[in-house]
This record gives sequence, structure tokens and C-alpha cells, in this order.
Amino acid sequence: MSRKPYEPTLPNTWWLEKPFYIRYMLREMTSFFVGAYVAILIVGLWQLSQGPDAWGSFLGVLSHPLSVIFHVLAFVFATFHTVTWFALTPRTTPIMRGDHFVPPGPIIGAQYVIWAAASIVVLAAVLW
Amino acid sequence: MDVIETDIAIVGAGGAGLRAAIAAAEADPSLSVTLLSKVYPMRSHTVAAEGGAAGVAKAEDSLDHHFNDTVSGGDWLCDQDAVDFFVAQAPKELIRTEHWGCPWSRTPDGKVAVRPFGGMKIERTWYAADKTGFHLLHTLFQTSMKYPSVKRLDEVYTTDLLIEDGRIAGVLAHEIRSGKPMVILARSVIICTGGAGRVFPFTTNGAIKTGDGMAMAFRAGVPLKDMEFVQYHPTGLPGTGILISEAARGEGGILVNKDGYRYLQDYGMGPPDPWPRKKAMELGPRDRLSQAFWQEQQKGRCIDSKWGDVMHLDLRHLGEAKIAERLPFIRDLALSYVGVDVVNAPIPVRPVVHYTMGGIHTDITAGTPVPGLYAAGECACVSINGANRLGSNSLTELLVFGAVAGRNAAAHARGVPMPSHTNALAQADGHRKRVVALLERSKGTESVVGLRTALNDTMETGCGIYRTEDSLRATVETLAVLKTRFANVAIDDKSGVYNTDLTGAIELGNMIEIGETMALSALQRTESRGSHQRLDHPARDDAAFLKHSMAHRVEGEAPRVEYRDVVITRSQPAERVYGGEAK
Amino acid sequence: MSDTTTFTLEVLRYNPESDDVPHAESFSVPYQEDWVVLDALNWVKDNVDGSLTFRWSCHMAVCGSCGMMVNNEPVLSCKAFLRDYLKDGKGTITVGALKNFPVEKDLVIVMDSFMEKLEAVKPWIIRTTEKPVEEGTFIQLPKQLKRFKHHTSCINCLLCYAACPQVGLNPGFIGPAALALAHRYNLDSRDQGKDLRKDVTASEYGVWECTFVSACSEVCPKDVEPAGAIQEQKIESSIDWALDHLIPGRKAR
Repeated sequence: MSRKPYEPTLPNTWWLEKPFYIRYMLREMTSFFVGAYVAILIVGLWQLSQGPDAWGSFLGVLSHPLSVIFHVLAFVFATFHTVTWFALTPRTTPIMRGDHFVPPGPIIGAQYVIWAAASIVVLAAVLW
Repeated sequence: MDVIETDIAIVGAGGAGLRAAIAAAEADPSLSVTLLSKVYPMRSHTVAAEGGAAGVAKAEDSLDHHFNDTVSGGDWLCDQDAVDFFVAQAPKELIRTEHWGCPWSRTPDGKVAVRPFGGMKIERTWYAADKTGFHLLHTLFQTSMKYPSVKRLDEVYTTDLLIEDGRIAGVLAHEIRSGKPMVILARSVIICTGGAGRVFPFTTNGAIKTGDGMAMAFRAGVPLKDMEFVQYHPTGLPGTGILISEAARGEGGILVNKDGYRYLQDYGMGPPDPWPRKKAMELGPRDRLSQAFWQEQQKGRCIDSKWGDVMHLDLRHLGEAKIAERLPFIRDLALSYVGVDVVNAPIPVRPVVHYTMGGIHTDITAGTPVPGLYAAGECACVSINGANRLGSNSLTELLVFGAVAGRNAAAHARGVPMPSHTNALAQADGHRKRVVALLERSKGTESVVGLRTALNDTMETGCGIYRTEDSLRATVETLAVLKTRFANVAIDDKSGVYNTDLTGAIELGNMIEIGETMALSALQRTESRGSHQRLDHPARDDAAFLKHSMAHRVEGEAPRVEYRDVVITRSQPAERVYGGEAK
Repeated sequence: MSDTTTFTLEVLRYNPESDDVPHAESFSVPYQEDWVVLDALNWVKDNVDGSLTFRWSCHMAVCGSCGMMVNNEPVLSCKAFLRDYLKDGKGTITVGALKNFPVEKDLVIVMDSFMEKLEAVKPWIIRTTEKPVEEGTFIQLPKQLKRFKHHTSCINCLLCYAACPQVGLNPGFIGPAALALAHRYNLDSRDQGKDLRKDVTASEYGVWECTFVSACSEVCPKDVEPAGAIQEQKIESSIDWALDHLIPGRKAR
């Protein structure tokens, strides 16, 4: 005649239970690649400051097949990260116009427009 | 048995109980307030109210208009001193909830918006879209958390009142999750346990609305007033009985029969204007509209659906934007439960048991004849609702009289000593035996579901929208038998922890007692008034029945029904006029 | 019964007086096209086993009592139609208590922790001075109401707590519903209590415990958008932190 609540624990494999959680974990994992790529960029900058030889050897490492594979992966994951974050933006920053919220479509779309514009500016700066 | 001492015990934590708790805490923060409920407060059925709460808001409206609408809507069975007090307090109480954060819908300039409801001369229904009860309940619940003197006992089921020397001494309850009995000794007790719609099989009421508080008070010697008056809401979803708010009609929805004809014009409610005319057609009072459905049914003019006879409530002409803004919950409910998108198709509806006008006999102070015992909300009968409650008066009622009960209970608690432990414990032991017997009885021949079904069936067949001497007599006899059979009820679950089988059985016992007061009061009222319609006595009889029925409990027998004069101050009984002639 | 289609309702049951862990029990239940999972549970309670224990009341998706795991998804059982889970009325539906809560008995969870968290965020209007009733209502423009209205729709059904892995991993986390309600009051034009609530919402148990899984918003039956409410509070909290470090004396407020 007395209480004895059952205390469940969350198993370590909780994230394998549903595709929704798996996608979330994937998004979390992309942070590693995004972070690693940023680290490489910083190393590159530092190498550049050390003179032509250092920069040359840095470029040499980059052209290694493993490095190329890493960059392809990093690009895929960074894209995944970006797209999923863009999709979540209407939740984090709701915008009101007049008496109503701006629907998610334009908010997400605007980010792609800014992304494309930024990419064009960078490309232009590199090519010219 | 555990004993808790408190200055004020409140049984029921819906709108009325929470408002009472806040009022008591504000009246005197030094008093301890214990708020008991068989469910968590936000599960209380106030949550399901949709349309709104009435209170004079517009310049062209007046307290007199609210008074007159209420009194004529109640077929002159309302106590007019109480109605006067109620309409005067209504706007103030509603303003308080606005200050507490209730998200009332607004006009473009930021004032609180009002909409028309049935039987209303000028629109005065404050609304929060079509989830007013939900927002009001959560506002009250969340606001109640800021008062340190209010201590909640959630999911603690009160079974009996304790009385000492004719005055209240506390309550007997048990904690549902442990089964542990507890005595709450209190200087004042307020009952706010809601209505008893579950006595009927087809109702908008949630599972918890089993008339517990009414039955407790009844057993403690308090008469139940006007129990024969049970409101049918004209528009419930067939099958489930889910409420489709009167707001749907307030916003302009129309009711049509199988010929697409607005049949209400045949029942003194016309003319059938294309726009919502106040106090006419679909904006008539609930009793008249539910009765019109029954009349049409007799004439074979209902729509035949897979759920049986229905009428169509058509909102299509309101347009998607208005429906999305004003009636989003209705749209969601209709889509989910009958597969109808109200933007494109009419909703099938039929009358459904909605509200018990009657209840624990209280006066304008929310007090009962037992000193220290108060009641407010649907479980009480003040009476401002008379023979037929106007839509949107009940949410306001629970605020106005919940607050009154809280303040008066606080004043009373300050003036009386704490009741004695010995006396209360002895009484509690006696009451507890009834509960223990249910747990221990292993050879019972009756089941809760069997008796509940029999109760529901006999209430519907004998005590429905239209009643006759024969139907009521048969129901009264059946209920007497059910009372005896209940003594043999056995339950499957014998455990102490969270035993819903046990609470279900206690609720059933309560409902049988309540059902009996309804049927017996209805049998003895040989007239037709408001929601009480007798085919064998179709006229109102003011000479004999401008009176409240008062059902008193008699141990081992049927209740004894006495009568009490209605308080008439300034509105003499007249004919109720709706439609084009309405004033 | 011969011409009635039946399906299997598999209920994860737990009786604290005889069990140490929950176990599945199957019931054969008649299929009705209009029925929801709650109706099936009530059919079992009325006809097979009166000891089957679950909470319910309104049967119209507003009281918030009947949340449970149906086929491992947190849903309101009064709005979970059998027809959406079965093919031709046949098959199996599994039902269990909401995840991430202690189980009292069968489908009943212990929700004390939520009640404490709710109270902790001070979900009421806080004002420096109360407005007298005689002065009437506040002016609140439709757009001001619209700004927070969706966050007021929470029915405390706790589906979001069952869906949130962070709640499961850190039981102290204030969690989606309570944080959304804190945000609801913070955004209300009538409220002045944001700074008081921050003590809890921006604490180690507050918004920063959220990793934006956003499962809460996915399962919310009332579109309360708790995930959004939490992210907005993170942004505010970050700006606050930055300003506190940039403007001397600001934090003292």
C-alpha cells in the first residue's frame, strides 16, 4: 500500500530511436567539421605570415588525398549545417510586420539570398 | 490518520476554487489556504469553456440590460438581488483577470473586444479567441502561485465534509497517489467542485464532473436547489458531445435542417435576417434552441448522419480569415473529431447536456446554511441562472462568487476557533468506512460500469430535454433501485496507489444521489420553465412554481423536496420574448 | 462480436505494489472508426480490467491530462485516432507512460518536478505598481497580443518534456513548457518582471541547457513553439551578458 515510482533512465542510444533524433545528432556532429575547417584556416593564415616556404608546405599538405577527402566531407557537413540552421531561423528570430508574423518562407529565403550574395562577393574578390 | 490544520480549505481548484483562493489570500495573507483538488488545477473543466465571459463593457450597454437579459433568460427563477450584485461585480472581476494577464482578444485600438451571445441585447461577452475558459483557468492558476499562503494539495480526493455542532469542521480526503486518508481541519470550507453533467451519457462535461461537492454537501445536510434544471447546449458534436461554442453563432453561424432551412424561425425566433440579430434566431437562449431541435426531430426534419439525427451549423460565409482569428479551436475540433473543415462545410451538431443550473443552496454571500461552509461556481446555486443560464454568464459567475466566497470564508475563519481533532477524527473514521468497504468488498455483484450505464440511460430517457410524469416516475424508481444496487458494487483494483477504480466508484455513488435529486425535483415541478419542459404541463405556472425547489437528503429514502420563494426585486415575471419582438 | 474487427492494444503496465519494472500487457479491443486511443483504454478499463490506470478528463484536447507514448511518440491519447495507427482496423498499437518522468502506476507519471519548475519561472504578471481596477483594462494592441499569444496556448500536457532528450539527460532542466511560459510573460506588454525571471531562465538549469533539438515544438499539440521561445531567450541572455560586460554598473540592476 505504498508508493514506489519507477524511475526510468535515458539509455545512451536514445538518439538512435527516431530519425528526428538522428538528424539532430548529425547536425550536432557537423560542428566538428565546421570547427576543424576553421582551425585549418587559422593554421593557414599563420603559415602565410611565416613566409613563402611555410605557406608552400601548407598548400602541399592540403593537396594530400586525405586532406581533399576531409574538405569534401567538411563542405557537405557545413552545407547540411547551414541548411538546417536556415530552416530553424524562423523559430529563433520571429519577425512581425504590422499585426502578423512574417511566415517562415521569406525568412528562410532571405538567408539564401544573403548567402548567395556573400558567395558572389567572395568569388569576385578572389577572381579579380 | 494524518491531520492537517488550515484556516480555509477549498475543495476544487477550477476557476471558482482558484478565484476563491486568491481572494482569501488577498483578504488576509496571514490565513492559511489549502486548495484541494482531485486533479491538477489546469485539468479542471473550466478549461473547456470556449465562448467567453459576460460583463458590461460597451457605452451603449448597461447593468440593467445585463440584469434583464439574465432574469428573462432564466425564466424569472433567478434571485434578483443576486443578479443585481452579479452584474455590478462582473466588469470589475473581468478587469482583474485582465490585469493578471488573461490574453483577452482586442479591438484594433487595444481595448478588450466583446462579442454577442445568445439571449443578449447588446454584445458583452469578453473572449480570448474561442478558448476563454482555458485562458481564464491558466491565468487564475498561474496567478494563484504568487500567494505564499495558498498551499495546493493536487490529486487529493475529498470524499466527505466534517461537521461539528452544526458548523463546518473540515473535510475527509485521500491522497490519490498513495491512497493515504487525511483529515483537513478547517475553520471555513469552500466547495468549488463544478457540475454533474456526467450523470448523463451525452455531455460536453469532462470525466471529472461527477457532482462530488454537491453530493458531499447534500450528505452533510445542505439542500440542493433547482436540481431539475439541466442545460442542454444546442450545438455539440455528435458522437463525442464535444462543445461547439455559442461563439460560432455569435460570430454569425446559422443552423439549418435537412432542407437547408433556418428552422428556428418556426419557433418564435425569427425573422431570419442574414446578419446576426441580437436575441433572435441562432442568438436565442440555449433552452429554446435545444427544444427546437427536439421539435424538428419529431417532425422528421433532422439530417440523418452516421451518428444519428443532427442539424447543420454553417459557418462557411464567415470566411477563413475570421474563422482563423475568432474560432480557431472550433475549426480544429470539427476537423479532428468529425472530419469537417468549417471553412468548406457545415458542422453536424445536436443538443448535449452542458450545465447544471441547480446545485448547493447558497445565498448572495456564497454561504450555505451550514456556518463556515461556502460554495461557488457550477456546483452552487445562488441563483443567478434560474431555469436557464445565459451563455457566458458562468465564467463570470465563478469569478464573482468565487471571490465573494473567498473573502467571506476568510472573514469567517478569523472569527471562529479551530475545530477539535477528536470530534473530526471520529467523524472521519465513520465516513472512511464507506471508502474502505469499497476496497474490501470482494464478493460484490455489481460493477461500476454496469451501474453507471444504467444511471446514464435512465437519466437520458426520463429526464432529458422534454419530460413527462411517466418518464420521470420511471427514472425515480430506477434510481431508487440503483441506490440499493450500489451497496453491492465491487471494484477490480484493490491497491492503494493511484486507484482510479476506487475514485470512479465513489463518483458513481455521488452521481446516483445527484441524479435522484434531479429526477425527483423534475417530477414534482408540474410546470414548464426554462430548461425544464414537461409535455404534460407545457405552461409556466407562476402561482405554484415561482419557487426554488430544495431537495433535502433523507437517510434511506428518496429526497424530500421543499420550496423556497424566488427573490423578486424589480422585474415581475413576464413572457419571454425573443426574435424580432425582443426588447 | 464475431463481425467486429479487433486490434491489439499493448499497454506498458507498472504496478508499484507488485512490479519492479514496467511490463507489456496486450488486450484485444474492438475497432471503431471514430475511436481514439483513450476510448480504447476506457473500453479495457470498463470491460476487461478495472485496474488499468491512466489520467483523462475533457476528451477534447484541452485539459492536458491524457498525454502518453503511443507507438513511442508522445501524443494526447484523446486526439490519437485508431484509424491513423491501424490498417483496416487491424494491427497493434503500443501505449506507455510519458518518457522522462517517474512512473507512478501504469500510464500515470509523477509530475511534481514540472509543477515546481512552472512555479520557479514566476508565471504571473509582475508589476512595480499594481493598476487599480477602477482604471480599467490595459491597452494592448492586437500586434502586442499576437507577439506572445501562441506561447499562452500551453496546456501543460508535458508531451514536450517526454520528447526532449535534454530533460531526460538532465532532470533539473526547467524544460520547454515552463520556459515558454516564462517567455510568454516576458513578452506581455503588461508585464515588468523579465529581470526577475532571468534569475531562473538564464541559470544553469534554464535556456542554456537546451541544445535546440526542437523536438518540443514538433510534438506540441497546441503550436506553442517552446523551442523558439527558448532560442529567443538565449539571444536575449547573450545580449544581456555582453552589455553587462560593456556597461559598468548595468548588472547591478
